[in-house]
Amino acid sequence: MSNKGRAVISFSIMALMIAIVGFGQSWNVALAIFNLCLISAVMSMGLNMQWGYAGLFNAGVMASTAIGGLTAVLISYSPVSKAWSVGGSSILIVIISLLLTITAGLLVWKKIPKGRKRSWIITAVVLIGYLFMRFFYEQGTSAIEAVEPAKTGFLGGLGLPILFSWLAGGVAAAGLAWLIGRIALGLRSDYFAIATLGISEIMISILKNEDWLSRGVKNVTGLKRPVPYEVELQQSEWFINMVKWFYGTSDGSSTLSSDTMREAMQLSAGVVVKLCYSVLFVAVVLIILGFATRALNSPWGRMMRAIRDNETAASAMGKDITSRHRQVFIIGSAVIGIAGAMLTTLDGQFTPGSYIPLRFTFLIWVMVIIGGSGNNLGSIIGSFITWFVWIEAEPVSIWLVSNLDFVLEETSPLMLHLQEVAPHMRMVLMGLILVLVLRFSPKGILPEKAPDHY
Amino acid sequence: MDYSTDMLNALVLITNYVLIPSISYGSQLALGAVGVTLVFGILRFANFAHGEMMAFGTMVTIFITWWFQSMGVYIGALPTALVALPFAILLTALLAVAIDKSVFSFYRIHKSKPVTFVVASVGVMFMLNGLVRILIGTDERIFRDGQKFLIKAGAFKKMTGLSEGLALKQTQVLTFVLAVIAVLALFWFLQRTRTGKAMRAFSDNEDLALLSGINPERVVLVTWIIAASLATLAGVLYGLDKSFKPMVYFHLLLPIFAAAIVGGIGQPLGAILGGYIVAFSEITATYAFKKFFKYLAPDNFVPDGLAQLLTTEYKFAVSFLILVLVLLVRPTGILRGRVL
Repeated sequence: MSNKGRAVISFSIMALMIAIVGFGQSWNVALAIFNLCLISAVMSMGLNMQWGYAGLFNAGVMASTAIGGLTAVLISYSPVSKAWSVGGSSILIVIISLLLTITAGLLVWKKIPKGRKRSWIITAVVLIGYLFMRFFYEQGTSAIEAVEPAKTGFLGGLGLPILFSWLAGGVAAAGLAWLIGRIALGLRSDYFAIATLGISEIMISILKNEDWLSRGVKNVTGLKRPVPYEVELQQSEWFINMVKWFYGTSDGSSTLSSDTMREAMQLSAGVVVKLCYSVLFVAVVLIILGFATRALNSPWGRMMRAIRDNETAASAMGKDITSRHRQVFIIGSAVIGIAGAMLTTLDGQFTPGSYIPLRFTFLIWVMVIIGGSGNNLGSIIGSFITWFVWIEAEPVSIWLVSNLDFVLEETSPLMLHLQEVAPHMRMVLMGLILVLVLRFSPKGILPEKAPDHY
Repeated sequence: MDYSTDMLNALVLITNYVLIPSISYGSQLALGAVGVTLVFGILRFANFAHGEMMAFGTMVTIFITWWFQSMGVYIGALPTALVALPFAILLTALLAVAIDKSVFSFYRIHKSKPVTFVVASVGVMFMLNGLVRILIGTDERIFRDGQKFLIKAGAFKKMTGLSEGLALKQTQVLTFVLAVIAVLALFWFLQRTRTGKAMRAFSDNEDLALLSGINPERVVLVTWIIAASLATLAGVLYGLDKSFKPMVYFHLLLPIFAAAIVGGIGQPLGAILGGYIVAFSEITATYAFKKFFKYLAPDNFVPDGLAQLLTTEYKFAVSFLILVLVLLVRPTGILRGRVL
């Protein structure tokens, strides 16, 4: 079957599945799944650039997601002026002296010939810098964290609209990727994977522990929304009229009781808010898909694939492998960073504790692989399927377990245990899907298509 | 108090809080890293599922331990888990071989790129992770029994008259002893037996080994059995020493990889060295030295803060820093392993 046919069929099946959830469970659940599918699609398109286009094994997807989320906080939260006045200057001094230390260290590394002398000077520079930073850091952070610790206790953000953070999240993730690339690119794929995994873990421990920056595990809640609130909707005239019209009671002669009406109101408000998000997310997905597809079909995309398929040959043709890798790593991470900011926007809160590699790195990997590495549309369908299974595996396995009651007593310890652990079925399912796809259909659902002009 | 007592106190302090924990944690890392380095050297890929394999082995041990305990099988002062260990090793090795036959052998036959193996190992990681959680749940399990301390802090203080106590847990000694036995057995196997020699030959030069008639499937089989056994041992010792929590084992992956790479890929001895280096640096960098300085330095030189380089939450950063430094400065590792 042609790729087009496969794409049409798989997307139709997906639409059908979401519709089934909509009619069967509730439209709120269906749209919640749909929205996260869209965010996952952006993440997997970003990873697809790194893995599918260029063959980079990035096991640090989580780092880009998390820094995107942090950016959403830093852009949208209103500045905590008191914290700035007590500790802002110390933090600035720390940042400046960090930059100075690094510059000095690099200068010494470059200017002084290799030898014992260089090692000693570098050690001295780092030590002096460290002690200096440490002094101001402790002063600054303890002052900041003492400012209303239950409510703020951090520097806050810029107080800009949160939509702006989607772009800024991409830029921040690109910056981080540049740094990671400086350290880890040029290593062989396994080493690169281990190094990026390590960096992402460190990134999360920073977010968890640096309370002055992100409130740490105390979480930042109540972020501004780019879309209206449910409560506001339920009070506005046009919305009430719309719901009445939808239920066929526009002439005022309400056939529905007031209780049913209130329920319908709540449901519709939730649905409308989620639809607003969906529109925003679909726009982002389409824009990125457009750029990604054009890039893949351009000479640049051909060069990337050539590097992926045969590094030696590509470098013999004069391509600078490491800097091309760095380029695509940065672009891919930026896309993932955008998704990270979108996710935090959707959640309305930033919870560093929720970032775990299985969910934010390896699940994205499953999406890209089963969708079809190197195919952007494939990444999208991959993320839809994967996220759908990930979410729906839980209710389905709980339902399955509860249907075991003809063999097991409702209160038997085994039954209770099964009910408790049923959600973890999704892990097994994900692994199974990944292994099966890799084994029997390594090209994924939508295989990478070589352009016609080959 | 005279100066020599202070010296002794400082020494006991460091032994108690840095040296002993580093040695037991290092032994656990070393056992894990030897497994990783063997798989790395012979199958030529980084096995991301190694941490989950440790968790699986530990889980099996816990189940068997519970079963023994319910039947009233105890071995005096030693933890019952030691009796359960051989059975758990057998089961985990079976699992590892089954996984190899069903997942990895296909890619070996097709001579797939190393990175395909890594992706497959991610799939295996997911499955094992889910399996462990389904079977035993996500709660913390403490399965240590028998005598807890060999030397108690209070008794030590009374005996020596020092103000610092020294506590030596039984599990710490057990860890070290069992690690030494396991490593000696492994080296005897690798140096003296035919299969061990075949494994080393295969690791050094695959083509040459094949030409001389070494059966690759057999080498791979033995590798998995050894890796799974060491993983189980490492996991159980870690679980006995601290406690068993399924999520912890994934986080051990990074220090274990760091240890394997620091020591040189494909070098079991290097992996052991690497394990101790990583453990020692992690614990030293996150230990608060304030009290230590209080004993040694003159009163007016004692630091105000905790004199702690990094807070404990940044342990990862230490193993990662070591990893990056080694990769940048000496990619072959300390013992000149293979550069992949």
